[in-house]
Amino acid sequence: MPLSLPDFDLAPEQVEFRDTLRRFFEANAPMAETRRVMESVAGLARPLWEKAGAELGLVGLAIPEAQGGQGFGLMELGIALGECGRALAPIPLFSAAALAGRVVARVLEASGGKAEDWLAPLAAGQIATLAWQEDGGPADPARTRLEARPDGAVYRLTGEKQIVLDAPVAERFFVVARTPGSAGGEGLGLFAVDPAAAGLAIEPAEAFDPTRPLATLRFANVAAQPVGEPGADGSAIGRGLEEATVLLCAEQIGGMQRVLEAAVDYANARHQFGRPIGSFQAIKHKCADMLIDFEASRTAARAAIEACEADDPERSLLASVAKAQCGPAFVRMAIENMQIQGGVGYTWEYDAHLYYRRAQSFALLHGSASEHHDRVARRVAAAEAGIGSKAKPGARAAGGAGAQR
Amino acid sequence: MRRADTPEEAAFRAEARAWLEANATRRQGPADWSLGPRDHSFEAEQEYWAKMKAWQRRRFDGGWAAITWAREHGGRGGTPAQAMLFAEEQAAFDVTSGFIDAAVGLVGPALIKYGTPEQRERFLKPMLRGDEIWCQLFSEPEAGSDLAAVRTRAVVDGDDLVINGQKVWTTSAQHADWGFIVCRTNPDVPKHDGITFALVDMRQPGVEVRPLVTMKGDRHFNEVFFKDVRTPLAYVVNGLGRGWPVTTFVLMNEGANIGTTSHGRTRVADLVADAVASGRFEDGVVRERLGAGYVEERVLALLQDRLRRAILDGRRPDVDGSVLKVFTAESGHRKAELAAWLEGALGVLAGPSAPMQGIWQDSLLARGAMTVGGGTVEVHRNGLGERALGLPKEPRFDRDRPFKDLRVSG
Repeated sequence: MPLSLPDFDLAPEQVEFRDTLRRFFEANAPMAETRRVMESVAGLARPLWEKAGAELGLVGLAIPEAQGGQGFGLMELGIALGECGRALAPIPLFSAAALAGRVVARVLEASGGKAEDWLAPLAAGQIATLAWQEDGGPADPARTRLEARPDGAVYRLTGEKQIVLDAPVAERFFVVARTPGSAGGEGLGLFAVDPAAAGLAIEPAEAFDPTRPLATLRFANVAAQPVGEPGADGSAIGRGLEEATVLLCAEQIGGMQRVLEAAVDYANARHQFGRPIGSFQAIKHKCADMLIDFEASRTAARAAIEACEADDPERSLLASVAKAQCGPAFVRMAIENMQIQGGVGYTWEYDAHLYYRRAQSFALLHGSASEHHDRVARRVAAAEAGIGSKAKPGARAAGGAGAQR
Repeated sequence: MRRADTPEEAAFRAEARAWLEANATRRQGPADWSLGPRDHSFEAEQEYWAKMKAWQRRRFDGGWAAITWAREHGGRGGTPAQAMLFAEEQAAFDVTSGFIDAAVGLVGPALIKYGTPEQRERFLKPMLRGDEIWCQLFSEPEAGSDLAAVRTRAVVDGDDLVINGQKVWTTSAQHADWGFIVCRTNPDVPKHDGITFALVDMRQPGVEVRPLVTMKGDRHFNEVFFKDVRTPLAYVVNGLGRGWPVTTFVLMNEGANIGTTSHGRTRVADLVADAVASGRFEDGVVRERLGAGYVEERVLALLQDRLRRAILDGRRPDVDGSVLKVFTAESGHRKAELAAWLEGALGVLAGPSAPMQGIWQDSLLARGAMTVGGGTVEVHRNGLGERALGLPKEPRFDRDRPFKDLRVSG
């Protein structure tokens, strides 16, 4: 019997939602389909995307009903992404619903702008993605260099964006750019660009994780529409990216669960020396460590989602905790899954390497664990300085439980 | 996020806090008596135990000693959720019942489930009141992770059981009035079938307790030798040869005894504040390690909170206790390593000479208490593999043969 792990404190309707999606992806996105798309030029399973959008409305899960979305929260979107990540489904759900969806929503919320122009098309199934990173440096939108120069009713973008997720299949780019002369977190804005716009070069890049196509975008005086008020404080973009980071973790929880199941199923089925290899402690303890990594990761991801939804003052801290926990944990789990499967785990034919590629890429996207460790330390230091100015050190030492919050 | 109290929970919490305010003082700092004996001397230990007993007695008189037990057994007839709420409130006060309470939590539920009415009547209330201190006589030199390999012999003589053999790693045996012992009454049948669980008076001739000094220097556990020690057959729990189910029931409770309270400046946030004050926080490597330490500490707190929510909601926890046990043990050691590393060369000092009065050096030396005590992390990993993930057990050679025919080490 395949491994079945306990649900994580989900409401009955959330369990039903997850089970429906799992059946949907099992029926419509078997691994053969992922591989077919991954090896094709198109890089997209269009019918699957239309089904996921039309039948299930996944892209619009967290978009308000007034814009044609379903009006649910990040938790439901996280569950959907988890099932998508479990299947390595070849659709750009993360790019459209999380990356573009959250940043656009936060920018509109912060600076006005017409939701029906930008969110409604997303809810209707438009494939959008976000172009924000320009190099391999720290994952911080304040490092943006790409410039947006006002030109009558539009803006003109000049510069370069790298590792743009799902760019080869995108129907709309949302681009983070800055007003001329600005620096740091100031002067940042979000701009919508048509992939066919003059002056835009989309150069597909080979991806370590081929299930998620990547491209470099080069902008030479490309016409762009502002989303919201350009030049406003970049905190809305940061907030949206933070939510996307947490949702990226949620997506990988599905992959982690899949590699744990695959490892345990293989350890039960594979016999050597006259017994299942899972009866050897060397293998059993690897599986136990995978379970510990999995539980720690889904607990951290869940806490971060809840903090984002509740607008908890610790949401940024918990987002970094989740990313720092989940990244290395998925890599460890994916490696152990390959190792437990031995020779076949090292083949192109078996799927273990696809999850390893996904895990390794995930660990480096949206800030490595080291980057988030640094952010965590700085946030904790700031919080401690805040407490220190209000209370005596003795009181702080005694209030250990409060400081865990 | 931490789940908010329901109105009923808030009322219970307020009642508990009011009682605690009236009966205890709040924690002050490093001089709190509840942090442990002030030194390794016998006098300090006696003083500490007298205070723990007094607190146990006070809790019993107030009706807070065993919140989940039925009232007829001296309990409060409450829920696991209420027991947790009380423990959370109590943690803010300078009180502890230490191992007194832990032992009660091990043997008490076993007596309630498997004991005779006479055993419950005789033992439960004195144990709860702290009048009789208990110890757990399980491990032996030849029976550690493989507890069912116990060799301590017990033979029936008239109305008594006569016990000969040796136990080891027995916490607080030197303070105990009673012990619950796992011994072998029949070596001619397979190992699990020849085991008897009995209650034995520790204050009788023939019981010899020899303290063992841990690598940290304290003396909380002992070797215990039994030479013709008698206990009435009426104190056998669940019948002769039927002790193994009782034993595994106790071990399950031992696994449930997780949840550590930390005192003093032991949070990673405290280490961060100290690093800022000393200027070391400017170093990116220091920040990286501090951040990693915080992530582990916070993830553990989140895992504990998940367990807490399940208890409060009256659900079966959906995370295995062994996940928490292994994570707690191993991350706790890594935190001590981090703290000692931050001390730099001063980390080679110990005790009062060291920064923080040597708490981190002590913590490095207390590693085994978590990674070995209460089941080694390896045994817990076996449990995770077999119980939580459904992997097959190792082939065994000891199940169907008479115990006396089994091979032993040494």
